[in-house]
Amino acid sequence: MNGVHDMGGMDGFGKVEPEPNEPVFHADWESRVLAMVRAMGAAGAFNIDTSRFYRETLPPHVYLSSSYYKKWFLGLEEMLIEKGYLTREEVAAGHAMQPAKSLKHGKFDLGQVERIMVRGKFARPAAAPAKFKIGDRVRAKNIHPVTHTRLPRYVRGHAGVVELNHGCHVFPDSAAMELGENPQWLYTVVFEGRDLWGADGDPTSKVSIDAFEPYLDPA
Amino acid sequence: MSDHHHHHDHDHSELSETELRVRALETILTEKGYVEPAALDAIIQAYETRIGPHNGARVVAKAWSDPAFKKALLEDGSKAIGTLGHVSRVGDHLVVVENTPQRHNMVVCTLCSCYPWEMLGLPPVWYKAAPYRSRAVKDPRGVLADFGVAVPEDMEIRVWDSTAETRFLVLPMRPEGTDGWSEEQLAGLVTRDSMIGTGFPGAPS
Repeated sequence: MNGVHDMGGMDGFGKVEPEPNEPVFHADWESRVLAMVRAMGAAGAFNIDTSRFYRETLPPHVYLSSSYYKKWFLGLEEMLIEKGYLTREEVAAGHAMQPAKSLKHGKFDLGQVERIMVRGKFARPAAAPAKFKIGDRVRAKNIHPVTHTRLPRYVRGHAGVVELNHGCHVFPDSAAMELGENPQWLYTVVFEGRDLWGADGDPTSKVSIDAFEPYLDPA
Repeated sequence: MSDHHHHHDHDHSELSETELRVRALETILTEKGYVEPAALDAIIQAYETRIGPHNGARVVAKAWSDPAFKKALLEDGSKAIGTLGHVSRVGDHLVVVENTPQRHNMVVCTLCSCYPWEMLGLPPVWYKAAPYRSRAVKDPRGVLADFGVAVPEDMEIRVWDSTAETRFLVLPMRPEGTDGWSEEQLAGLVTRDSMIGTGFPGAPS
């Protein structure tokens, strides 16, 4: 979707402001939100792409004015309600009132913690040979799906070169909408800064994205 | 609920609306038997203590010290790091990109906040915020200037936008004047930002 989350190339957000000696969390609730998201994801309530989509679909003014973990919280609460793990009445009451929905991987207890300290695997067997090889010129499609996609707006319509082939991976555009993993070839595609940003672009810059095969046409 | 303007004789803790909502959600998830609070504590403790940029620093120091490891690291980051028992385990799909006198690498996630957690810990706020995400791809030198960092005018700047489940770690250049240093000494010079590409390693003092 063409949401405010797709920020690459936007102007007006001001300077980057690093915080010296930044703590891991700025408040205890932030850490609880992080842990709940990791735990419920690991328990099988949702996949990582669906959780991203719920943050992206927050209203633009909410997305832009909420802190990072506030966005995580809002996305998590809404997603768990819509997926049937809790109800709005329970959220309003602050207590469980309905029977639990069973989780694909069961309750997230202490014994589960170590397994989420290693990232999940997203590579999958290929259903078809790769269409592109390293060095090929490709063009990012001019597509504007209203659902989840990982093709940022700033590269759409532009041509670049395939630099790496990462194999076949879970396709977020399908997984986010719970339409299955639909694995697709994944490439690093590099673009010249001036091709993306015009004559005023930095001539020494190159920008790459990781692009799934359905995002690309031969160029 | 805006508590700040009301007196709560029974509650002096001044909890914000967000804190109350987060607590309520955890209560519901616990009561429904979805999560065990002690397991949430353990996740938090791991990110507060075990998982941080010291992991990435060890990898970088090893690469600076051991040419065979560096070669393996650049070929397959996940596999090479998997051979180091003392570093926190890393998942698949880690790509290590090398800074050279000709090229400076910088990592961003314009769409959300993708970041090599196992190597660097949880990302800092600036990495997840709009100014960095919007400008890193369009004006990387301007962003570097915000960090007080400049690279030579004719040096290529390569920005890696983490748009899939691949994760990128920058291998910075080894500082001058560190001949004969141990891996441990070298690791002490490696900063988090030098592995994102928004900074350089420290200089030997």
